[in-house]
Amino acid sequence: MSTKNVIDIKNLVKQFSVGEGYFTALQSVDLSLAEGEFVGLVGPSGSGKTTLLNIIGGLDSATHGSVNVLDKSIENTSHNERAEIRRKNMGFIFQSYNLLPVYTVYENVELPLILNNVEKTDRVKKVTQAIEWVGLQDKMNSKPAQMSGGECQRTAIARAIVHEPALLLADEPTANLDAENSHNIMKILSKLNTEMSTSFVFATHDEKIMGYLKRIIHLEDGKILNDKKISIPKFS
Amino acid sequence: MMLFNIAIKNLFGAKLRTSLNVFVTSVSFFLVIFVSGMYDGMREHAKNITIETEIAGGTYWHPKYDPMDPRTFEYSHSVMPPKIKRLIDQKYAFGVLVSQASIYPNGRIMPAIMKGITPGQTIVNIPTDVLEQDDDITIPVLIGSEMAKNSNLKIGDSFTIRWLDADRTYDADEGTIVHIMETENFKLDQGHIWIPLSKAQSMLAMENQATYVTYAKGLDVIQDTGDWIHHDVDYMIRDMEALIKADEPGAQVMYSILLALAAMGIFNAQILSIFRRGKEIGTLMALGMTRSRVVALFTLEGALNALLASAMALILFGPILFYFGENGIPLPIDYAEMGILVAKKLVPVYSLSLVISTMVLISIIVLIVSYIPSRKISRMKPTDALRGKAAV
Repeated sequence: MSTKNVIDIKNLVKQFSVGEGYFTALQSVDLSLAEGEFVGLVGPSGSGKTTLLNIIGGLDSATHGSVNVLDKSIENTSHNERAEIRRKNMGFIFQSYNLLPVYTVYENVELPLILNNVEKTDRVKKVTQAIEWVGLQDKMNSKPAQMSGGECQRTAIARAIVHEPALLLADEPTANLDAENSHNIMKILSKLNTEMSTSFVFATHDEKIMGYLKRIIHLEDGKILNDKKISIPKFS
Repeated sequence: MMLFNIAIKNLFGAKLRTSLNVFVTSVSFFLVIFVSGMYDGMREHAKNITIETEIAGGTYWHPKYDPMDPRTFEYSHSVMPPKIKRLIDQKYAFGVLVSQASIYPNGRIMPAIMKGITPGQTIVNIPTDVLEQDDDITIPVLIGSEMAKNSNLKIGDSFTIRWLDADRTYDADEGTIVHIMETENFKLDQGHIWIPLSKAQSMLAMENQATYVTYAKGLDVIQDTGDWIHHDVDYMIRDMEALIKADEPGAQVMYSILLALAAMGIFNAQILSIFRRGKEIGTLMALGMTRSRVVALFTLEGALNALLASAMALILFGPILFYFGENGIPLPIDYAEMGILVAKKLVPVYSLSLVISTMVLISIIVLIVSYIPSRKISRMKPTDALRGKAAV
């Protein structure tokens, strides 16, 4: 049985203007990602992994090449269409959590559902379930400032998965966490990947989380150096 | 509705930020309304005082009477037309007989305008009941505090009054100060002595005569008044209205300056608040909120901010505005000494148009300063907004 691709990238080039010249962040990147994959874009700082993640997420645009995400050609969509794709089909996890500081855990997790006009009764059910997945039932009414980094990142995960997106993009999700919290976060994400059909793409240079990945794509100087599938991840 | 719910959540979630923004806006409401109200009050109060103490419902003048020309006083008196006399008999009006006089307080000579007025009238706010005839006093005299100060007269002091009667004969007698009134209308005070009308008529040999008649508010104008001329309130205050009108550009400039100052305060608070939320805007965009919705959300927050500020202004500053509106603010200088009809205390006047226009204009300012920065941030690349790169 063939699996559907959620990402199809061909000959992607991304350049940033610097002064009168430009800096090439990604060059000739070809990448396909099937449904349900658990992939890591790894490489040193400046290798282009965050740029690639942003382009996949429609937060940034390519200079050249074609980027198809969830059967939509990202380079041919308007800002509003990209926003709609993100709202309905994507979840984001950021290195610095990006939780709304004045919202409680519950309210932060509820936000994507509100943006998707989900009915109140459904929202309550889904938010409660997402918070249970990440084990923050006792922190539902806490605000980000009252929680540890690990708890904040678990909240961000709950927010990213609450609307059951087809694609979850995580930019250095463990960079601000200690080893124990990093492992906890990856266990949660790994479990969600197994239980849901969601595809996961991580941008990371954190060695600790490599053992969870089922496919590792090495980037350096904006190029894919190698693309390796792991049949049995170390922490599976 | 969704944006409204998020906006409400944002506003009430950020207690300190919201309180500061709302407070700054409500202070702006208060300051603009209060200072403009004082300015309007300064002008309006003089007009109101004149109506309360001098004009009431209007006046009927002897045709030769010109209050600006004392030389006319000698000729501007006659028996009142019957219809006007009837009003007086019904206590709907009172007559005043005006003449020039000289007074000799403490051996000095001072020119004065002597006005005979019906004691006990209640149509204008002058304490004429003190002029009720006391047999022991030859001529009971009521003066204002400024006149008392200038003439160095106190209650109980007696002095000589000299006048020219209808037969063109000079006569003199002793007047006694029975009361010193505090009035904000210097035209009733400076250079004036008030005596009972009947006394003035007998002193001047002008029995049943008057120079002008003032009638109570709410009465219809009498048509058949012989050669006596009717002047309504509008006519009587026309000079003041002209002054107020001439001062309108000044008032508008001051109002604009106040609004500009308020706008700057609001602009600072809102801009700072929104640009600090650049990362939040980036997050909302990453979560799938469109640019137009981001702008609408922050503009809506601005509108709710203005609404809360109106409520806060009403609760926090309403009582202060009401207190000063009722009691006024005493002025340290008596402008009457300078011949300027400015009240001894400033009573702010808050017209409905002032309150509404201020609230509408400040709300528009809040909306603009919410719209512009949020639009600017929402036009940034989401990646830049997420990094908090928003800058003014």
